Amino acid sequence: MKVRVEEDRCCGAGQCVLLAPQVFDQRDDDGIVVLLDGTPPEAEHEAVREAVSVCPAAAIHVDGDG
Amino acid sequence: MPAEQSPALPIARTCPYAPRDEHVRLRETDPVSKVTLPTGAEVWVVTRHEDIRALLADTRFSSDRRRPGFPMLDNGSGAPTDVLPPLLLTMDPPEHGPARRAVLGEFTVKRMNKLKPRIQEIVDEHIDRMLAGPRPVDLVRALSLPVPSLVISELLGVPYDDHAFFQSRSASLVSRTVSQEEKQKALFDLAGYLDELLRAKEEVPTDDLLGRQILRQREVNGAVDRKDLMGLAFLLLIAGHETTANMISLTMLQLVRDPGAREALRQDPGTTLPAVEELLRYFTIAEQALARVAVEDVELGGRLIKAGDGVLALAHTANRDPRVFPDPDTFDVGRGARNHLAFGYGHHQCLGQNLARLELQIVIDTLLRKIPDIRPAVPVDELSFKDDAIIYGIYEFPVTW
Ligand code: HEM
Ligand code: SF4
Repeated sequence: MKVRVEEDRCCGAGQCVLLAPQVFDQRDDDGIVVLLDGTPPEAEHEAVREAVSVCPAAAIHVDGDG
Repeated sequence: MPAEQSPALPIARTCPYAPRDEHVRLRETDPVSKVTLPTGAEVWVVTRHEDIRALLADTRFSSDRRRPGFPMLDNGSGAPTDVLPPLLLTMDPPEHGPARRAVLGEFTVKRMNKLKPRIQEIVDEHIDRMLAGPRPVDLVRALSLPVPSLVISELLGVPYDDHAFFQSRSASLVSRTVSQEEKQKALFDLAGYLDELLRAKEEVPTDDLLGRQILRQREVNGAVDRKDLMGLAFLLLIAGHETTANMISLTMLQLVRDPGAREALRQDPGTTLPAVEELLRYFTIAEQALARVAVEDVELGGRLIKAGDGVLALAHTANRDPRVFPDPDTFDVGRGARNHLAFGYGHHQCLGQNLARLELQIVIDTLLRKIPDIRPAVPVDELSFKDDAIIYGIYEFPVTW
């Protein structure tokens, strides 16, 4: 699984950080998403997919299932 | 032309636990539909989850209350907010994004977790005071209202000695029994107070939200815009006080109705966060805040919404959309679905959501631990619900143990 985030779209609601703190973080100064791990391990895949579906700005994308 | 008038649609709730039948019927038969509100205004109402997401993510719909056609629902029950400068909540892109990013850093998950010990102290103090006082006691006054207002004082950097003042004036703003004049007075008192507070923080910047905003504005703009920061302080108070308070009261109500859920939560505090999501979904208290006006013609759910048309997102009904939530009308404490619309969706999605989650989590865990046998002191169907208010909730909730 490859994860991508679009900083320009992110509105900093932090839903992704609550769901998968190993994969996503937020910048301290403006709260915008920071991708910690662009190729997260299997154990994180479900949480990442949920983050994709709840992100209010549709700013998270995943390609492939590997 | 009366012949062309759209069908009337009441908005006020009739049952604390379910959306109105008329709204549910629209969701199933006419999900983007033009109706006439009790105020006489013609607006579109949107009732399906998918369509509301599309609406709230679409920047061709404006949040600017001053635009003609914006659906006004206020029936005088809310706080007098019309005297304030344009706030984040009512801004559109491109102004909205930079204004939101300027404060987002104050609401990150990390920052909220730092507030945790102080929130715990505030909650402990109020529950201990309940335990030491007479029974029955009104939960709304003893816990639901003071906790979120003190948390906001803490966040803003209101000194401890002024907390009581801040709390009493913010309580007046949201009270049903206080006259309009008294509300204006409370607003005026708070504005004067915040002006002094900001002046002091401009001289000696403190390590809190307002202090850091002052430093940030100096760095970015070279000067401090005190009116802007006053607007921000008011927005956080207005958006974060009564909302969280109402959710605290409704949470207690639901845990009384569902002893199984309550026992599960008491035994395993690890299940509280998913329960909070379900409570948010089940009550969807801020539905009436989700209004927009189209700035150009937009097709939504197969209907053409014309520029200038008002739109209302009936999120309570959409949060019971069976296309998204299996068995949607059942309160399932373990459901943990996070894709609900209780905090909205898109670029305006609630800025304070992670603070609200944290407050609710701490209140539930602490209350169930300290007063495990808390129960209503009157039959729950005799409680007075805020059927017609912009933010749904309970006016008074006598409890005992
Ligand atoms: C359970 C409690 C809460 C609920 C149900 C709630 C609900 C909402 C909703 C539905 C919106 C979106 C409005 C729209 O799209 O037009 C919103 C926005 C907002 N909320 Fe909350 N809220 C809660 C607590 C809080 C708290 C605790 C704070 C801050 C202390 C807060 C601050 C805000 C702000 C500043 C906005 C405007 C964000 C923007 O326009 O970018 N809210 N809230
Ligand atoms: S959930 Fe989406 S909008 Fe929120 S912080 Fe993560 S990427 Fe940004």
